[in-house]
Amino acid sequence: MRSRPAETPKTVAGFGLTASAILWMDLIIVLPLAVVLTEAFKGGLAPYLAALDDPDTIAAIQLTLLVAAISVPLNAVFGIGSAWCITRFEFKGKGLLLTILDLPFTISPVICGLVWILLFGTQGWFGGWLRDHDVKIVFALPGMVLATVLVTLPFVARELIPLMTDQGTDEEVAAVTLGARGWDVFFRVTLPNIKWALLYGVLLCTARAMGEFGAVSVVSGHIRGLTNTLPLQIEILYNQYETIAAFACASILTGLAIVTLILKTVLEWRFAGELAAHRRH
Amino acid sequence: MSLIVNTITKSFTNFAALHEVSFEARPREFIALLGPSGSGKTTLLRLLAGLDTPDSGSITFEGEDFLRLNARDRRIGMVFQSYALFRHMTVADNIAFGLNVRAAKERPSKAEIKAKVESLLDLVQLQDFGKRYPSQLSGGQRQRVALARALAISPRLLLLDEPFGALDALVRKDLRRWLRRIHDETGVTTVFVTHDQEEALDLADRVVVLKDGEIEQIGEPLELYRQPKTAFVFDFLGHANQAQGMLSGGSAQFDGFSVPAVSSAADGQITARFRPFESHVSKTGPGFPGKVLSILPAGSNLRLEVGLSDGIVYETQHAHDSEAATLRIGDDVVVLPTKVYAFG
Ligand SMILES: Nc1ncnc2c1ncn2[C@@H]1O[C@H](COP(=O)(O)OP(=O)(O)OP(=O)(O)O)[C@@H](O)[C@H]1O
Ligand SMILES: [Mg+2]
Repeated sequence: MRSRPAETPKTVAGFGLTASAILWMDLIIVLPLAVVLTEAFKGGLAPYLAALDDPDTIAAIQLTLLVAAISVPLNAVFGIGSAWCITRFEFKGKGLLLTILDLPFTISPVICGLVWILLFGTQGWFGGWLRDHDVKIVFALPGMVLATVLVTLPFVARELIPLMTDQGTDEEVAAVTLGARGWDVFFRVTLPNIKWALLYGVLLCTARAMGEFGAVSVVSGHIRGLTNTLPLQIEILYNQYETIAAFACASILTGLAIVTLILKTVLEWRFAGELAAHRRH
Repeated sequence: MSLIVNTITKSFTNFAALHEVSFEARPREFIALLGPSGSGKTTLLRLLAGLDTPDSGSITFEGEDFLRLNARDRRIGMVFQSYALFRHMTVADNIAFGLNVRAAKERPSKAEIKAKVESLLDLVQLQDFGKRYPSQLSGGQRQRVALARALAISPRLLLLDEPFGALDALVRKDLRRWLRRIHDETGVTTVFVTHDQEEALDLADRVVVLKDGEIEQIGEPLELYRQPKTAFVFDFLGHANQAQGMLSGGSAQFDGFSVPAVSSAADGQITARFRPFESHVSKTGPGFPGKVLSILPAGSNLRLEVGLSDGIVYETQHAHDSEAATLRIGDDVVVLPTKVYAFG
C-alpha cells in the first residue's frame, strides 16, 4: 500500500487540478463537518448536553451500540470463514461466491432491508409461522441486526481475501507437518498473520454498522425509544425541527467517524509496514 | 527398508502427474528425486508428507502404513523452497513451534524446549539469531532456520523440496555440503527434491530420476553417470553431443572411423551420444571435422566449441596441458569421441 512519494505539481494545469480537488474536498467533506458542529453548539454547551440527555436519544445510542456489537462479531467470523474457504480451497462456484460477497456493496441498502420484510414480515414467506410462534424479527432487534449484517457483510472478507491470497498456504502446511492441529494452526499461524487486516476490516465494518440508515430504516418500524438507532433518531429530530438535538446526535456519529478515521490511519500505517516486510520474503 | 513407495499413481483432473512410481529408501539414506520442471517431484513429496493422497499404490515407513496416518501424525520434517517460516515469530519460536504445539502430556518442559532450540541453533550455526524475525535474515539463513525447525520434532523422515532453489550458486554449494554433514550427524532418512543434476549427484546416496511422472532410472550417482539407462537420463545428467552412426558388434561406425560403444540398442542405425570430456580434438587424424568456435576456461578444464560443416556444434573438454591448449579460434580440427553411448 505504500507507494512512491508523489511529485508536487509543477505545471499550471497540474496546480489548477490539485487546487480544485482540494477545494472540492473541502466543500463536500469539511464544510458539512463544520456545519454539524456549529449547528450542534449553536446555543452553547448546555443545550447541547440537554439535547443528548433525552431518554429516546439515549435509547437510540444504546441500540446502535447493541446492533453493532452483535453484527460486527458475526461478520468478523463470517469474513474469516469465507476468506479462508475462498483462499484455501479450490471449488466450483468460487467466482459466484465472490460476486455474491460484493452484492451488498452494489445494491441499495433499502433492498437489504426490504428482503427481510419480504421474508419475515407479516405478509412475508415466513410471516405466518413467525406470528403463530410469537417470534418477532422485523420491527425488532433481530431484524435490525439482520439488515446491518447484510449491509456490512463484505467488509472483513474483502479485506482478508487479497492478503491471504498473497500470503499463500505454505506456513499453514508447514505448521501441519510440524504436528499442529486445526485450531493450533488457526490461532498460532493464520490469525497472527492476518490480525492487522482483520482489525482494519472490523473497524470499517463497525463504522458502517453504526452509521447505517437505509436498510435499518426499512426494518426498524421507527418505534421511539425501542427500535430507533442513532441515524434514525437524527432524522426524526430533524423532521420535528429540533435542530440542536438533531445536530447534537449527528455530532456523536461524526465523532465516531473521526475516531474511526484516526484508527484507520494508524492501522494503515502499521499494516503497510507489515506488508512491506512480508514482501521482502 | 525404511521407506517403501509402491506403484503410486496420482492424477489431477484426468492428467497423470505420477504413474506407478516405486522406490525404496534404506535407513539413514539420502535420496535425491531428480527431474525437470513438471515431472511430478513436488507431487510425490506431498504424498510422502501426507498433504495429498494418491489414487492408488501404497507408502509404508518402517513397516507402518503411512497412508493411514494424516500429515500431522507422520512426524515428517519438511523444508520448502519458499522457506515457509512463521513470519510473526522469532527464529527461536519458529524452531520451538513443533514442540510447543504438542499435547500437554507429550510436550517437553520449557527448559527442555529452550535447550533443544539452543542446540539446533548451534547445529545450523545461527547461535546469535534466535531473537530475530525471518524478515531480518538472508535467504540462506532462513533456509537453515527452516531446517532447524524441521529437525526439532526429531523427524523420522526429512523431506526437502528444492530447498536451495531460490539461492545463488555459491550459497547453494555451501549449504549443500552443510546439509550433507547435518544428515550424516543426525542420520535421518532424507528425500531431497531438485531439478539440478549437479546438486543431486553431489549430495545423494542414490538418485531417482523422474520424467513425466514416471521413474526413468534409480541408482547411485556414479552408476547413473556411467550406465545411464535411457537417452533422457544421459541428456539430463550433463551436456550430450549427438552423432548419427551405425552400430555393429559393440562399436559405432562413423564416416571413416569407429568408436567403442556402450549400447542398449540393436545393431543398425543409431543416434550416438558422447560427453564433452570423452573426446579428443586434434589438427589431424580421424574424427568429425570442424572449426574451433570458442575456447573458454571451465574450472580445471578447457571448454571448446567446435562447429561442424552441417551447423552442429560439439562441446568438448580437455586438460589445460593437452593439445587443445595450443589451438586457436578458427583452427580446422577433428573431434574424436573416445566412447559413445546408444540407447534402444
Ligand atoms: N493441484 C494441482 N492441480 C492440477 N495439476 C497439478 C496440481 N499440482 C501439480 N499439478 C500438475 O502436475 C504436474 C507435476 O507437478 P509438480 O509440481 O509435482 O512438478 P515438479 O516436478 O515439482 O516441478 P517443479 O520442478 O517445477 O517444481 C505438473 O504438470 C502440474 O501442472
Ligand atoms: Mg516442485
